[in-house]
Amino acid sequence: MEDSITNRLDSSEPAIRIRDLVFKRGRKTILDGINMDIPRGSIVAFMGPSGAGKTTILRLISGQLRPNEGTVEVNGQLISSMSDRELRLFRRTFGVLLQDGALFTDLTVFENIATPLREHTSLPETLIRRLVMSKLSAVGLGGIEERMPHELSGGMARRVAFARAVVLDPDIMLYDEPMTGLDPIAVSTIRTLMRDTNDALGLTSLVVTHNVNQMSLLVDYCYIIASSKIAGEGPPAELSISTDPGVDQFMNGKVEGPIPFHYEPPGEPWGLLD
Amino acid sequence: MQEHIPFIQRITGPVNQAGQCLIFLFRMLAGIRFSGSQILAVLQQTYLIGARSLVIIMICGFFVGMVLSLQAINALEQFGASDQVSLLVGKSLFRELGPVLTALLFAGRAGTSITAEIGLMRATNQIEAMELMAIDPIQRIALPRFAASVISVPLLTALFNAMAILGSIVFSIGVMDLDSGIFWSKLQTGIYFEKDFIGGVWKSAVFGGTISLIAVYFGYSAKPTGAGVGTATTNTVVLSSVLVLIFDFIMTSFLT
Repeated sequence: MEDSITNRLDSSEPAIRIRDLVFKRGRKTILDGINMDIPRGSIVAFMGPSGAGKTTILRLISGQLRPNEGTVEVNGQLISSMSDRELRLFRRTFGVLLQDGALFTDLTVFENIATPLREHTSLPETLIRRLVMSKLSAVGLGGIEERMPHELSGGMARRVAFARAVVLDPDIMLYDEPMTGLDPIAVSTIRTLMRDTNDALGLTSLVVTHNVNQMSLLVDYCYIIASSKIAGEGPPAELSISTDPGVDQFMNGKVEGPIPFHYEPPGEPWGLLD
Repeated sequence: MQEHIPFIQRITGPVNQAGQCLIFLFRMLAGIRFSGSQILAVLQQTYLIGARSLVIIMICGFFVGMVLSLQAINALEQFGASDQVSLLVGKSLFRELGPVLTALLFAGRAGTSITAEIGLMRATNQIEAMELMAIDPIQRIALPRFAASVISVPLLTALFNAMAILGSIVFSIGVMDLDSGIFWSKLQTGIYFEKDFIGGVWKSAVFGGTISLIAVYFGYSAKPTGAGVGTATTNTVVLSSVLVLIFDFIMTSFLT
């Protein structure tokens, strides 16, 4: 059934289309006038300084947050005006890998990966077992299915979370800081997994990160978000030689530049001379 | 750093919270399905929070029974009525002390662990992950713990009562040399199964529901930080203990 939906999708249509997006938290504007077209089959990164609203974009796309203005379309469907029930059904097309993996600590590795299958399908136990084991060996971790999450290393836990995210064969993968806190080997492993899975299954992947070097190796296209706007966009190779001061500051990690060092609280201007 | 809270919010804040908590309860109850996996989850939680509280409940029950008999015999001796000790211990135990003390112990032993566990699930993004997998965390995490508490607190209360009677026997008959025949006959004729025993067990079911509702709600709404989970855990014990005592008075005055 899932396949027939995928086949109907026009591959020239962007997987995700965002128009004039405005999002406010209280009186503070987090995102202001964002426009994006994310083509099907690509891996796209959202980069930018901490607190710039990268994760917020991800949450607007997954429907956890609703925009104040503008629209978010995924696979041609308007996420921003779906009811909670529709959204719940629609979320099955997403695979999500959150910071630290977010494995369920009270379940074994096997049960963690089987959870989406048990919740959303009525497959027989033998088939669930076969699917889970195949995903587990696809991430190179066959044989650890009876372990508990706290017995795994950081890199292994992240790979298990990856297997759980792809077990329902999603259309779109959302990654929130997938490489934070991992050793260099684990980082490369996750990076390879992300690329291979994306290309083999024809997914569209969105990655929130601030790891500039790793992203240059992985992604097709990159948005830099700073001060609630898109400060720059383009393939990573182009961005790294960009002359735009904001992009240059972020890509090369400079202190001086248009992205301010001082946090400016909303309301009264803060000053040393008051 | 003490946050400055405007006066009006000191009143509206708790009212708002109470409303949220009730909505949370209704969302939980709306999720009851009696499906195989749900029953399995409830059984598992009953083991984790009920069966694991057995030792503390039994030890405390035994000593409460002993000290109750000691005080009762001291007081009754002055009127030459120390053979009435089983009646006094039984009435006070089955009606009040059993349900209330079990509930307070349960709040400390299981309520805190529920809040801390759910709070940590929130802090480590597990709850967000569930929402994103289109799994309702209230049904999946909160409901089994709530149901398990409503089932296990009355059972723990019954066990507490039994251990307290045992403690009373050990002290009154074993230490103070009272006649065991009189002890049992006073207990049998003076205590009514429905009015005294079942009445207390009913109350304890309400206590179990109250404690676990507060525990799951505070855990679920805890700030996702170490300090936030700590505060939520403390609040669970404080608020559930106070509410148990308030509800005890209200229910006792209306039901008896």
